[in-house]
Amino acid sequence: MSAETPHEVTVRVWRGEDRATGRFEEHTVGADPGMVVLDVMFKVQAEQVPDLAVRWNCKAGKCGSCSAEINGDPKLMCMTRVSSLPANEPITVAPMAAFPLVRDLVTDVSFNYEKAKAIPNVRLSPRGPDGTRRMYQEEVERVQEFHKCIECFLCQNVCHVIRDHEENKQAFSGPRFFVRLAALEMHPLDTHDRLEMIRAKHGLGFCNITKCCTEVCPESIHITDNAIIQLKERVVTEYYDPLVWVKRRVFGEKESTR
Amino acid sequence: MAAMATTALPARQGTLRRDLWWLEPALIFVLFTAFVLYSIYAGLANANYYHDPYLSPFYSPCISANCSHLTFGVPIVGEWWNLAPAIFIVGFPLSFRLTCYYYRKAYYRAFFWSPAACTVPDARATYGGETTVPFVWQNIHRYTWYAAVVITAILAYDAILAFRMPTASGGHAFGIGLGSVLMAVNVVLIALYTFSCHFCRYLVGGRHDRFFGRRVALRLFTLVSRMNTRHGFYALTSLVSVGLTELYIRLLAMGVLTDPRIVFGS
Amino acid sequence: MTPTIERDEREYDVVVIGAGGAGIRAAIEAKMQGARTALVCKSLFGKAHTVMAEGGIAAALRNVWKEDGWDVHFRDTMRGGKLLNSWRMAQLHAQEAPERVLELEEWGAMFDRTPDGLILQRDFGGHRYARPAHVGDRTGLEMIRTLQHKAVELGIDVLMECTITKLLLDDGHPSGAFGYWRQSGRFILIRAKAIVLATGGAGKAWRITSNSWEYTGDGMAMALESGADLVDMEFVQFHPTGMVWPASVRGVLVTEGVRGDGGTLKNSRGERFMFRYIPEFFKAETADNEAEADGWYENKKDNRRTPDLLPRDEVARAINAEVKAGRGSPHGGVFLDIASRRTPGFIQSRLPSMYHQFKELADIDITTEAMEVGPTCHYFMGGVRVDPETEASTVAGIFAAGEVAGGMHGANRLGGNSLSDLLVFGRRAGLGAALYAAGQRAPGAVDEHEVEEAARRMVAPLERGASLTGAPTPEAEDPYRIHSDLQTTMQDLVGIIRTGSELEEAVRRIGALRERLDRVAVKGGRRYNPGWNLALDLRSLLTVAEAVTRAAAMRTESRGGHTRDDFPNPDAQWATRNVIVRMRDRQLALATEPLAAPPPELQRILSGEPAKTEPAIESTVPTPAGGFR
Repeated sequence: MSAETPHEVTVRVWRGEDRATGRFEEHTVGADPGMVVLDVMFKVQAEQVPDLAVRWNCKAGKCGSCSAEINGDPKLMCMTRVSSLPANEPITVAPMAAFPLVRDLVTDVSFNYEKAKAIPNVRLSPRGPDGTRRMYQEEVERVQEFHKCIECFLCQNVCHVIRDHEENKQAFSGPRFFVRLAALEMHPLDTHDRLEMIRAKHGLGFCNITKCCTEVCPESIHITDNAIIQLKERVVTEYYDPLVWVKRRVFGEKESTR
Repeated sequence: MAAMATTALPARQGTLRRDLWWLEPALIFVLFTAFVLYSIYAGLANANYYHDPYLSPFYSPCISANCSHLTFGVPIVGEWWNLAPAIFIVGFPLSFRLTCYYYRKAYYRAFFWSPAACTVPDARATYGGETTVPFVWQNIHRYTWYAAVVITAILAYDAILAFRMPTASGGHAFGIGLGSVLMAVNVVLIALYTFSCHFCRYLVGGRHDRFFGRRVALRLFTLVSRMNTRHGFYALTSLVSVGLTELYIRLLAMGVLTDPRIVFGS
Repeated sequence: MTPTIERDEREYDVVVIGAGGAGIRAAIEAKMQGARTALVCKSLFGKAHTVMAEGGIAAALRNVWKEDGWDVHFRDTMRGGKLLNSWRMAQLHAQEAPERVLELEEWGAMFDRTPDGLILQRDFGGHRYARPAHVGDRTGLEMIRTLQHKAVELGIDVLMECTITKLLLDDGHPSGAFGYWRQSGRFILIRAKAIVLATGGAGKAWRITSNSWEYTGDGMAMALESGADLVDMEFVQFHPTGMVWPASVRGVLVTEGVRGDGGTLKNSRGERFMFRYIPEFFKAETADNEAEADGWYENKKDNRRTPDLLPRDEVARAINAEVKAGRGSPHGGVFLDIASRRTPGFIQSRLPSMYHQFKELADIDITTEAMEVGPTCHYFMGGVRVDPETEASTVAGIFAAGEVAGGMHGANRLGGNSLSDLLVFGRRAGLGAALYAAGQRAPGAVDEHEVEEAARRMVAPLERGASLTGAPTPEAEDPYRIHSDLQTTMQDLVGIIRTGSELEEAVRRIGALRERLDRVAVKGGRRYNPGWNLALDLRSLLTVAEAVTRAAAMRTESRGGHTRDDFPNPDAQWATRNVIVRMRDRQLALATEPLAAPPPELQRILSGEPAKTEPAIESTVPTPAGGFR
């Protein structure tokens, strides 16, 4: 429909079933106006490599399935327009580096689903006498930001704590789960206290707030500022603040200002 | 490292980035290093930090007996302190900035390369984050904030005094000089930096789950949250402004520059 | 080929196939009833199509309008469905939806709030009052994530990236489900006493669609093959507002919430053309001038609803007609304008994903420019015919809920009624399946020959592909090409406006595609091979496409989501008849059956009277008997 002269787009796409033997393969297909990187993958599949493994679902930036590293940047393939990338060089598309490779661009992200199991779900205080629960927009907005997460796991992938240090995967859950934990901790009606768990089991202290998770979040969640740092401050109050400790010693009672 | 061939593995051995990812950490490295070196020079100089009515922010509050301009009129620290007065107080702003969440990001990237930029491999083989000494001490940030608030108040006091110009008759009159403007701008930036702090945000409202019936907390939290989105910007601009203000006053005191000023009613 | 097929094997009481809203809700219920439950996802957990739902969950919570109630919701649903709905499903849905929404809140969902702290509701097409509870424009995401966390909390076994291709029966009872893991390509046999289908629709048969690759009608096809009935297959909803430009995102959904929040449709002349398309059926309740339509957003008592929010079938047809008359936008849609009607701040806070979507994909700032939109294939009203109380299909032990089931929405679904459908009937299906399983000692016996045959059929495309050297030939068909040809066929011949001759042509072409599918050949191995996966999905997709086309050919009238050029008006004879699709001897067989009339009490509600009695919800829920040990 567009009057644009058709031109071509070249991708270097990772192929292979393990990182040792795989390689980048170059493919050139015709370009369409408004094309995103995922469209290029479809064309490569339909025209040249029918078994090219790509994980995708909604193709509208809502499900978070098509995460990959495009020219080294962790991104969703469905939301990265070809026109936003340098035109004079091939587009490099690689699988997420932090997770084991399944095949081509598909990685095994089960690490994330295992970590999710270690987080106790929300437990609300009972409904009010009129059968409702009252929460106010300004209270829920903070949590709603965290609920925007589409679980693309780009933040997990980019976080150097696990990306570069496989051994930390045991003790550290990653930004996605601090977002989840922050949503639970800041829920106006939740009754469960997860701070000890956040510190000890999920390894909040491993985070050195270098903010790559925030940089790559396709939903623009302020992961570091709004989730991680606020959780860090809550953990400090609970475990590292000498005055709070003295106050508890003197007055006995555990502070419950939240 | 940036030139990692595109045929390389998408593993943990390199980055596929071909943009100028190293530029930001490099600039930060240069800026911080320059600031630290200048601070050491200025802090050890023990001279040229006061040019009536301007007191260098590096030497404020000036509270030891050897001060050439006492902030509170009388010394709080006695004559036993014979080093530069700046050294006595340097710990307060320094510790605030060292444990600040923005600066942590900046120096972990620019100095520790942990990591230097996103998807660029971490320079160290093992990593414990802020779980081990000395990094676990980052958790004292909140106490350094309280000190920073006091320092900010004192700098504001200094900035007000900077408009009280000496007159030829030996008295004082209201006036505006380039130094007063610099000091005012500096304290505004430092205040913005201090009050946009993540701990401040936590203290005024972030620690609550419920805002129902906490209208003041909500308003403060909303305000600080908005400022907090620019915390990094304030952190850098206030660093530059405090350095420039110090340098300007030093050059005045050394007689290298003269302060352009308008004094009213003189 | 060895006689015994190598495979993973699991055993459960209940297996739920499909992990969208309905599937997860069913699994939660079955698990809470004590059944050993497995939840099978075709993709990763939490990625199902439910995340695409934007606008809201319709439930008469009465937080915004006290005048609302289950009776009004029931009436709106039935009228939206042109009275072809299963009245009992529509009633249960309207009665139970509020409790399901509150339950979701209990499990952690964070809906937008009213000023006094209750769940906020917004205006939506076809709903008399502001009804759908929502979270900005990402309600589906909130719902699936909440259900996902609940499922994790309950410890339900989730089988991810696992595709089921065949249901196994033993003497009329389920013995299990057979399929494969996408990641490894290994076969898996899940033995189970009861099966819940929650696989959604088959929108991937059309070219312009809001649906993802998963939407290939597996559940409907497997139900047919197991002997179950499908109902209302001719009714396919084309959502009026999908993106039309750029070409690569054509079909991506634009939420009805845009119109609910004040957006309005305009043609290339700037006319609000919907005023010219108000059908007789909705005249009495629809504003006929702009002043009244605009007033309605603030004051619903004294104003009638804007025609921009007529039910989806009406709006889709109107857009279609405007474009055909040459009054469309540059890229073949119409304009949806909220920029000139609401402040940028309002738009960004109410419709953040829409803002983001247009900004990223089309370089359009919806706070300053109008969007270009056009109809996109969106939803199957029809599906597996179920018992309203338990969602049991016509085959014992097989249940269905959500989009894969039919009946609830009649000839057209109202926006917001899908998410509530998933919750209400997902729960009932889980309950029904758990109760059924509790009455069975063990899963039926597995017929090894059947498994072998299924396995052989599944690997055949790869075996044909192994000898493939160059480009596909007539002897070795390419799955991508077959799929593309099917999409062309359905888009051109079985779209919004249909005619008899085109439908016949479509049936013929689908038959030809089926023959080509028998020769499909795929290169590569079984491990995460999308070409192979597509080749297997195409079987269901063709079956369902044929069911839709033939049902559409049979219904010689226009009603709701089914419009015939050659029969442009509703026909009273068809007003109370459903088209039923069955599979007999591997061939589709169609029949019509009369639709039961609602009881007098509900008839009165339909004619506008309020309900006299409070809903008796408890009595309609079967109580668990026996249980699991």
